[in-house]
Amino acid sequence: MVKEVAARYGKDRTRMMDIVRDVQARFGHISGAAMDIIAREVNSHRVEVEGVVTFYAFYSEKPNGRHVIRITDCVTARMRHAEEVVEAFEKELGIKVGGTTPDGQITLEMTSCIGLCDQGPAALIDDVPVTYITPDKVKGLLRHLRESGDATTLVKTLGEGNNALDLVHSMVINNIRKRGDVIFASLEAGASIKNAIAISPNEVIRSVKTARLRGRGGAGFPAGMKWEFARNAAGKRKILVCNADEGEPGTFKDRVILTEVPGLLFEGMTVAGYAIGAAEGLLYLRGEYAYLKPYLDHLLEQRRAKKLLGKSVAGKSGFDFDIRVQLGAGAYVCGEESALIRSCEGLRGSPRDRPPFPVEKGYLDLPTVVNNVETLCCAARVLEKGAGWFAQIGSEQSSGTKLFSVSGDCRRPGVYELPFGMTLTEFLREVGGDDAQAVQVGGPSGTCVDRGQFGRKLGFEDLPTGGSMIVIGPQRDILAVASAFMEFFVEESCGWCAPCRIGNVLIQERLERIRAGKGLPEDLMYLEDLCTTVKKTSRCGLGQTSPNPVATTLQNFRKAYEAKLLSAREDGRQPTFDLRAALSEAVRVQGREPVAH
Amino acid sequence: MSDFTFTIDGVEVPAKRGQTILEAADAAGIYIPRLCWAKDLAPGGHCRVCTVLVNGRPQSACTHPAGPGMVVDHDTAELRAWRKNIVEMLFVEGNHYCMFCEKSGNCELQALGYRMGMTTPKYPYMFPQRTVDATHPDVMVDHNRCIACGRCVRASRDLDGKNVFQFVQRGHHVRVAVNADGGLGRTNLSAADQAAQLCPVGAILIKRVGYAVPVGRRLYDVKPIGSEIEAKRAPAPSGK
Amino acid sequence: MAKPKVATASLAGCFGCHMSILDIDERILKLAELVEFHKSPINDIKKFSERCLVGLIEGGCANDENVHVLQDFRKNCDVLISLGDCATMGGLPAMRNHVPLEECLAEAYLNGPTVHNPTKQIPNDPEIPLLLNKVYPLHEVVKIDLHLPGCPPPADAIWEVLVALLNNKPIDLKYGLLRYD
Repeated sequence: MVKEVAARYGKDRTRMMDIVRDVQARFGHISGAAMDIIAREVNSHRVEVEGVVTFYAFYSEKPNGRHVIRITDCVTARMRHAEEVVEAFEKELGIKVGGTTPDGQITLEMTSCIGLCDQGPAALIDDVPVTYITPDKVKGLLRHLRESGDATTLVKTLGEGNNALDLVHSMVINNIRKRGDVIFASLEAGASIKNAIAISPNEVIRSVKTARLRGRGGAGFPAGMKWEFARNAAGKRKILVCNADEGEPGTFKDRVILTEVPGLLFEGMTVAGYAIGAAEGLLYLRGEYAYLKPYLDHLLEQRRAKKLLGKSVAGKSGFDFDIRVQLGAGAYVCGEESALIRSCEGLRGSPRDRPPFPVEKGYLDLPTVVNNVETLCCAARVLEKGAGWFAQIGSEQSSGTKLFSVSGDCRRPGVYELPFGMTLTEFLREVGGDDAQAVQVGGPSGTCVDRGQFGRKLGFEDLPTGGSMIVIGPQRDILAVASAFMEFFVEESCGWCAPCRIGNVLIQERLERIRAGKGLPEDLMYLEDLCTTVKKTSRCGLGQTSPNPVATTLQNFRKAYEAKLLSAREDGRQPTFDLRAALSEAVRVQGREPVAH
Repeated sequence: MSDFTFTIDGVEVPAKRGQTILEAADAAGIYIPRLCWAKDLAPGGHCRVCTVLVNGRPQSACTHPAGPGMVVDHDTAELRAWRKNIVEMLFVEGNHYCMFCEKSGNCELQALGYRMGMTTPKYPYMFPQRTVDATHPDVMVDHNRCIACGRCVRASRDLDGKNVFQFVQRGHHVRVAVNADGGLGRTNLSAADQAAQLCPVGAILIKRVGYAVPVGRRLYDVKPIGSEIEAKRAPAPSGK
Repeated sequence: MAKPKVATASLAGCFGCHMSILDIDERILKLAELVEFHKSPINDIKKFSERCLVGLIEGGCANDENVHVLQDFRKNCDVLISLGDCATMGGLPAMRNHVPLEECLAEAYLNGPTVHNPTKQIPNDPEIPLLLNKVYPLHEVVKIDLHLPGCPPPADAIWEVLVALLNNKPIDLKYGLLRYD
């Protein structure tokens, strides 16, 4: 059986992600014996397979239940009392998170953000997203799951738009609150491709440069420049990868693009393929969005039929381009482009040191462009409507519109397409979050901005964001929010480099100590020093931004920390040392209390 | 012959195309502390102890190619502090009992602690639960001391052609696993393999050869780690 | 002028660090000129009656009595020094940190291969201090001003540190004196 799976993917070790996924789908886990067979079949090593299996949260080397329930642990879900939902599941199933019911039916797990922050608390049951879960719904969900044995039957009310299509069949809603001219405008299939192939690849690149299109993932690297690097890089075979692994807590805009305007994305990928000279496009779809894959595969098939993909795309001889959807498996770090490439190659998703950059040596060491979903959509529009048209939207350094995924304490959560350059005050008015004490701009890896700075502008020149906007209401404990974010980074660090692997655990430990009311004044400097070290010495963008939840709140919400600090004790003991707790075992085992000194 | 020069802390350093900053610095007698790096191994970029500033941006010297005119900061108070912090992190992450470790005196982590003047880590010890694998007749793995530098992984794959070791799990659960069920003894590792020789700490040890060198004559008893590289540096002209 | 006072104690340690204090050879005579030993196992003074300049503590913090001694030292000493690996990081006694206390006691008093304990009782006299869940480095229990690692720290290192402190000079140990074994 495992051999069959390997054969399905041509015994190609770079398809390890798919092989492991299929083996798990069949057996519920990947046993040591299965790892041995996979390794033999694809000419790899058992420990390599084990390395992959244990890296991704959605793969398991231990037997799981027939169904796996993964409840999101995103901070936005916590704001909606996800812990009560978790308790309800635990109670109903009679197991704790991480456990499997004795009948082997159901495994209960927590997972990081699954891109449903505006409709949480949410969970993935097998691959099926289940939204707006409340404790009272849990019993019914479980009964139904057990009776039908099929998680898709849990979908009773379908979401709007394409969520209701047979191939998607999802209760997820789009929540598009504001449509702009770039992403959510109407679309004529093939329009941008037609314009692109009418000019030379270099002219396409020039056009994207003239539009001043910058990457939408958060870092804002000029897209045209990236394309040019890859086009000019040595080597005939080039690769275009679309990063649809949005995992930053609070981000879900790519899900809505993939649901509602995937055609625009495929146009953009094709245009980019033409510009850089790639024949192969990979759409790296986060495992959390696996439910969208049948629909996307179907659309790709349609585009092949319309000659918008395949040999001589749109009749342009010499331009061959096709797209394959590659599924991820629950690893935030794979949103980092070099880690994403590793994952596409069927390896552990650990980033690489740069240089060399992916545009020189990326997927299989070939020149590779990795672009965000939204960036590619913008690129398609630039070709369709013109660089000048695009450049006049937004601001000088941030042209075009931006999609914002808005969640947290606001009246109108959802997806907004807005021109760059808006102040936070204007933004909060738009989303109904005027009384916010803070906005987490750009997710945990971004900045926690306090009220005093709400005059700042959204855009690359001031407050960059990949799109995650979490509104934090006046009732929230800022340190609890920071703590949830640190937990996320500790969980999602790939572990390759020491400062990120260890430093984040230490930051979390000291933050928790302060939250528990056991912090000392010197702990604030200790934390600042740790944050700086992790930021400056970590290998990739994850580590370099992972201390931000603490670093930015130490800066903008210092009083919240100071209010929790202790001063020195009279008896000279460290206030952090809890003698009673430290004696608890002995008191229990020996059955007596310590002699008073 | 050098292809170009760049500067480290204002000192002009010659370099060849393709050389990393660390290699060029070594050749010039400038020791940049490092832990996961080993000669003949592809650099890993794991430990980040060799972090320097390249034109103001932090980079690992072991992976970053030297470039003409590059301005590298290396021995600054800030960088020394970051590096020392990382070394202290590695000490608290594992269980490092130097007082009975066979590697003591020859351990690169310990030697860096000495060189950097660490008296005790400022971070709380994690005291993790880890295992010892003694299944192999000639080699043992004590995971308590592993710093996840990946030298054994790279050495086994690239030098020995065996792939005995690989990282499994992720984040702070990362550990080095072996290519077999039932431990190291079930792999084709031999004590002569580079993977068994290159561990910078006492995590992979050859059995029955412990404490071979008396205290006082071990690698780092008398001179700090890096002295052999610094000895290559041309002495400054007298009068300076 | 009265000589500065030095106090010492050994918690969960082996007294090896105290041996190393004595191992400064003939300099011990000079030391005796420079300082006066107050509360210390060396002279068996049990209680603090005067303020001390320096407190040297070896051993990890393993039981409630250790905590009490540490607090006492912190209160009575200007400069508190963790002396040796057990004090700075828990040392050998901290190896029990990987085993639950209940199992440690059972192994030590009931099940261990060398145990001879006909009564099959774990000693539990009220006078015996209660063990902490784990062995702590001293700085996790009280504030420590200086750490001098080593198993034991070299006599020369102890000497240099004391001399520097007495002369109010910065401590600059030459290579080889800072060691963890």
